[in-house]
Amino acid sequence: MTERVAATPGIYPLPDWAKGTLSDLKGHQKGDLLSGDEEGEITETYDEVRAEFVDDQLEAGLDRVAEGQARWDDMIAHPLTVHESVETGGIVRYYDNNNFYRDPRVVDDLDFSGDVAGELEAAADLIDGVNAGDAPLAATLPGPYSLADLATDEHYGDDAEFQAAIADFLAGELEAFPAHETLFLLEPSLVTNPPADGTEERATDAIATVAAATDADVVVQTFYGALDEKLYAHLVDEADADALGLDLVAGDREDTVYNVQEYGATDSVALGLVDGQNTLVEEPETVAERVEWFEGQAPAADFETTYLTPNTELFYLPENKYRAKLSALAAATEVLE
Amino acid sequence: MVRNPSANREQFRPHDHPNDSFLLTTVVGSYPKPKWLNRADELVEDPDSKFDESDLAEAHDDACRLITHEHERAGLDTVVDGEMRRNEMVEFFAERIDGYEFNGPVKVWGHNYFDKPSVVEEVEYDEPWLVDEFEFTTNVAERPVKVPITGPYTLGFWAFNEAYPSTEELVYDLADLVNEEVEKLVEAGARYIQIDEPALATTPEDHAIVGEALDRIVSGIDEDVRIGLHVCYGDYSRIYPEINDFPIDEFDVELCNGDYEQIPTFEDPEFEPDLALGVVDAHTAEVEPVEEIKANIRQGLRVVPPEKLTISPDCGLKLLPREIAYGKTENMVEAARQVEAEIDAGEIDLDAPLADD
Repeated sequence: MTERVAATPGIYPLPDWAKGTLSDLKGHQKGDLLSGDEEGEITETYDEVRAEFVDDQLEAGLDRVAEGQARWDDMIAHPLTVHESVETGGIVRYYDNNNFYRDPRVVDDLDFSGDVAGELEAAADLIDGVNAGDAPLAATLPGPYSLADLATDEHYGDDAEFQAAIADFLAGELEAFPAHETLFLLEPSLVTNPPADGTEERATDAIATVAAATDADVVVQTFYGALDEKLYAHLVDEADADALGLDLVAGDREDTVYNVQEYGATDSVALGLVDGQNTLVEEPETVAERVEWFEGQAPAADFETTYLTPNTELFYLPENKYRAKLSALAAATEVLE
Repeated sequence: MVRNPSANREQFRPHDHPNDSFLLTTVVGSYPKPKWLNRADELVEDPDSKFDESDLAEAHDDACRLITHEHERAGLDTVVDGEMRRNEMVEFFAERIDGYEFNGPVKVWGHNYFDKPSVVEEVEYDEPWLVDEFEFTTNVAERPVKVPITGPYTLGFWAFNEAYPSTEELVYDLADLVNEEVEKLVEAGARYIQIDEPALATTPEDHAIVGEALDRIVSGIDEDVRIGLHVCYGDYSRIYPEINDFPIDEFDVELCNGDYEQIPTFEDPEFEPDLALGVVDAHTAEVEPVEEIKANIRQGLRVVPPEKLTISPDCGLKLLPREIAYGKTENMVEAARQVEAEIDAGEIDLDAPLADD
């Protein structure tokens, strides 16, 4: 019997009040973005936002609670842009979106930072305070392939070495995390800019290095469309993921089903079911039908767990729609019960 | 295919134009708002203030009159009201088109947000969007007034599409609405319309959608109406020479910012519409000297002859301090007049415009 788990990788939109407060406290320009050593009112504001995110998720009824990553000004590039060995360059486009992040230029060894562990500790405390383990913590990190893809190497000088260094850095961060039930590794670049023919294993090795650093279930979440079939096969076999996350909203979902039918699947699967980039809110029944549609076409026996997730991060949405999407996911698991 | 720009260009030549050559000078549209107008926008939202919507309308009228005259004082051949009534280029139109709704701001980057609207049902034309403001501006202006309109591709792709099976279909419906608006503007006397499509720069592979949308926009519009297209901050080689097939009179580009590195893109094959060339940078807060702008204008002569060259800033100037925006505009016109005189005097070799005379 497959367990259905409603969860998100976070990276939520700031509540409107915090958009105003933080832009007043920090400013609008490139140099005003987070460097990881904020204090005082800025820290307090992020604490309040984190608490609100936790409440949002518990209220919606999600099965895992994400920290929400309010501090991630640069989206999934955040763990680098706040790192001491990284200088931030110009503002560059974030995938194929009308969104931008600071180009992280790695100029020295990527040693331990602890930035993400710090915010997860705070989230874990909040969760402990309000529930007795019904909805445990889900941690989120960029996957090593995507993080290397988004960054500029000005130190290691070799693509393979750079990717391995990023993987080691992420593994080191992960070891410092508080207890978490699930880890989302976000890997959109696997879809948008896949590894060159013959270098797939380098990417899957990097992911496996990070996955090995936690006891939690690891979800390698891909998005912005379907994976190339050869890369898909590599990921299933080599990435040591408990679940591969597949986008059933963007791109051609038939391609994704084809991959699963042709090459099998991880023991568990994460399905990107609600559109993180559109304000149209899916009915829970629609989300549930998508789950059954997918599971019905997978050739293997039952998945251990099917994660019901948005197909992307949710920061693209206005705050009212972000909350509605959380509720749609949680309600869909009830429809499936 | 390209419209017939030579059929509508001469109407913008002022009666007292000093030179035989005529480099049509214009602006892209937006201009810094006077500080008091921003205060007025805030005041109308303040429940404790007696300042109301009709006071704000008066303030907008005053600001439009002021900036239109500021453009005339700078010597421009065609003027705009500086888009004083507009908040943001998508929001302004989405508020006027049935089918859009607003849910709140979304992040663009850092703490910069945009009230990205959602299209929740088929878009429909209700009241005219710009006819009143055109009539107001043309009544206070002594020079012809240009009307910038955000294009359907940008209005479609910079919104959430909840209602249409594909955003391409939404764009075509929006293009039909823009056509309706252009017809009404023409009826009201407008002869110079500029379609702004910044979204094309981010997804240049969609140029065919923009081309199809333009076909719809210009349907039934006489050739005495000048239709421009403005696209900024992108790699033009990805939409050129395709834009030669667009039904436009003029293509307005931002090249000063990139120091004219992209000019060779337009040299081959032959550039068919008129070229509206950005000759001052919209994102540097220093006024370029006249001599520097004259050199920039010569870059345009590499692509088209003087009778097909229009002179404009790179983009809207709204983010600059107002005195800088004015200084750039004034120097731009002065530079154009000096280049015209030099062409008349045979001092510029039009076959090798960058060569010293």
